[in-house]
Amino acid sequence: MTDIILSAQNVSKEFLFPHSILARIRGEPPRAVHALNGVSLDIAKGETLGIVGESGCGKSTLARCLVRLHETDGGRIMFEGADVSHLQGPARRTFNRRVQMIFQDPYSSLNPRMTVRQILSEALRVHRMRPAAQIDARIAELLDLVRLSPDAANRYPHEFSGGQRQRIGIARALSVEPEVLVADELVSALDVSVQAQVVNLLLELQDRLHLTVVFVAHDLRLVRHISHRVAVMYLGTVVENGPTAEIFAHPNHPYTNALLRAAPEVNPTRRTRTVAARGELPSPINLPSGCLFHTRCPHAMDRCRTEVPVLRAFGKNHVAACHLDTFDPTVTKDTK
Amino acid sequence: MSVLVRLRPATRLPRPLIAGGAIIGACLILAIFPQLFAPYDPLKMDYVALNQAPSWAHPFGTDNFGRDVLSRIIFAYRIDMQIAIFATVFAFTFGTLLGALVGYAGGRIEALFGRVVDAIITFPFLVLVIAIVSVLGPGLVNMYIAVSVVGWVFYARITAAEIKVQKRLDYADAGRAMGYTHFRIIFRHLLPNAITPAVVYWMTDMALAILLGSSLGYLGLGAQPPAAEWGVQIADGKNFMTTAWWSSVFPGFAIVTTGLGFSLLGDGLAEVLRTRK
Repeated sequence: MTDIILSAQNVSKEFLFPHSILARIRGEPPRAVHALNGVSLDIAKGETLGIVGESGCGKSTLARCLVRLHETDGGRIMFEGADVSHLQGPARRTFNRRVQMIFQDPYSSLNPRMTVRQILSEALRVHRMRPAAQIDARIAELLDLVRLSPDAANRYPHEFSGGQRQRIGIARALSVEPEVLVADELVSALDVSVQAQVVNLLLELQDRLHLTVVFVAHDLRLVRHISHRVAVMYLGTVVENGPTAEIFAHPNHPYTNALLRAAPEVNPTRRTRTVAARGELPSPINLPSGCLFHTRCPHAMDRCRTEVPVLRAFGKNHVAACHLDTFDPTVTKDTK
Repeated sequence: MSVLVRLRPATRLPRPLIAGGAIIGACLILAIFPQLFAPYDPLKMDYVALNQAPSWAHPFGTDNFGRDVLSRIIFAYRIDMQIAIFATVFAFTFGTLLGALVGYAGGRIEALFGRVVDAIITFPFLVLVIAIVSVLGPGLVNMYIAVSVVGWVFYARITAAEIKVQKRLDYADAGRAMGYTHFRIIFRHLLPNAITPAVVYWMTDMALAILLGSSLGYLGLGAQPPAAEWGVQIADGKNFMTTAWWSSVFPGFAIVTTGLGFSLLGDGLAEVLRTRK
């Protein structure tokens, strides 16, 4: 197997609700949103890992935990074999230089009171990437890298379009020459025509700079287009993780299957009306017992309600967390 | 490290900014060079010209000591502009910095801070200032201290609330993901985006400080006689209101125009500093 550069090991993260005095007197336990429930996944050097799942499944929380924007409540984040979950001060700064993030919203991710030059030169100076005399040249180089004109340097973020801003965000992340780039919904806020531009730029840069990319998205077609491997998340856990082609061709987890079938087919003659998963996403405050997906799974058995399935191998580099060895992807909750 | 907000070259300055700037600029010139504009010595008494109505010799009349009201108003700019600035600048600086730190820290520190602020705000402002001045003794410097001790809470509360909004935006997270220090994130990134309401309030507060300084002067706790100060002048003239209205009314106009100037400046600044999306 190839080198693992970044990995999450059994990572969990809760967001606590305010615990009122009245609730404390009543002896009620503090309530929390269980955003991540034991996420494990490995990211190999140089690959693109797509992370998909519906809204609220913890994709963004995981992305933020990977770059240490959120402290994890349990488990470990490993970078090149070393535990980075509790790094502080200069060690954390060094880690963050090597693992950078690009944000979802191009309108709030750039400081509106700083010019592009100020944004980039700050990153270059703080991390001492270049001697002061070479900073201007490096900024020009970075802008060229993301295909912005050199005069963009002296302008403020509000003078740019969404796609251009997202490219400034990429330039900022690349300014510190990271090895891993975590892109959280990189293009979901952009027009479709601009999406392709930005995604292709990212792919090209990955190739040129030998980057490892974690691509968090809810758009399956996009993920299929750019990822080497895909991890599917449901309610804060990874339910399946494997090579893109295999995941899309024959999923081994009923949730993956449901997700793929929920995506509309481009060809109308191949569209179906069968529903692969019914019901609502359970509340992340009160999680279901056993397999988190059993409440909506057409194949649920008694075992699923009590025993938590662990990730197990279904092929080379392909794991899924399901008690079933095989299942019939055409079975739906209706037909059962 | 520049904490101050960078002004963008605006295509057209907002009108309130121009008007307010002109009024305050004129006030400052009067405050710096009163002797160039005042026709008489503000302290010189003339016992043959007591309580004279406005005339060509004394455009705003004379007061009950025969002093020229116009000259006293002009010399009072020096004291009253000082009050506007010194009674607010420490409150603004300290309140904004503390508010930024507290808003960024959040949690228990912020809860504790909220209680302290509530406790201070519970007291009527003027009563608290009068209490402090009576402990320290009357006089302008003690008045600056008293107003600053109370005044910072408003700036701190405004800034803390604004920082709380800003720190949740992605650009703050981007700074953290870059490994920047908290200090850099607060003062280089968040504060320039959060300071506008505090600056605008500052301008209003300067007008309020002049009114407060005049109130305290009126009560004999601020500027001391025979110094010329608008509040003192109004207080001195009140006994002759029915026969010599001019020695109270004209200093009142000076307070109103200066207050108006600061308010307009505040409105104009709000427009210029507004964050563009």
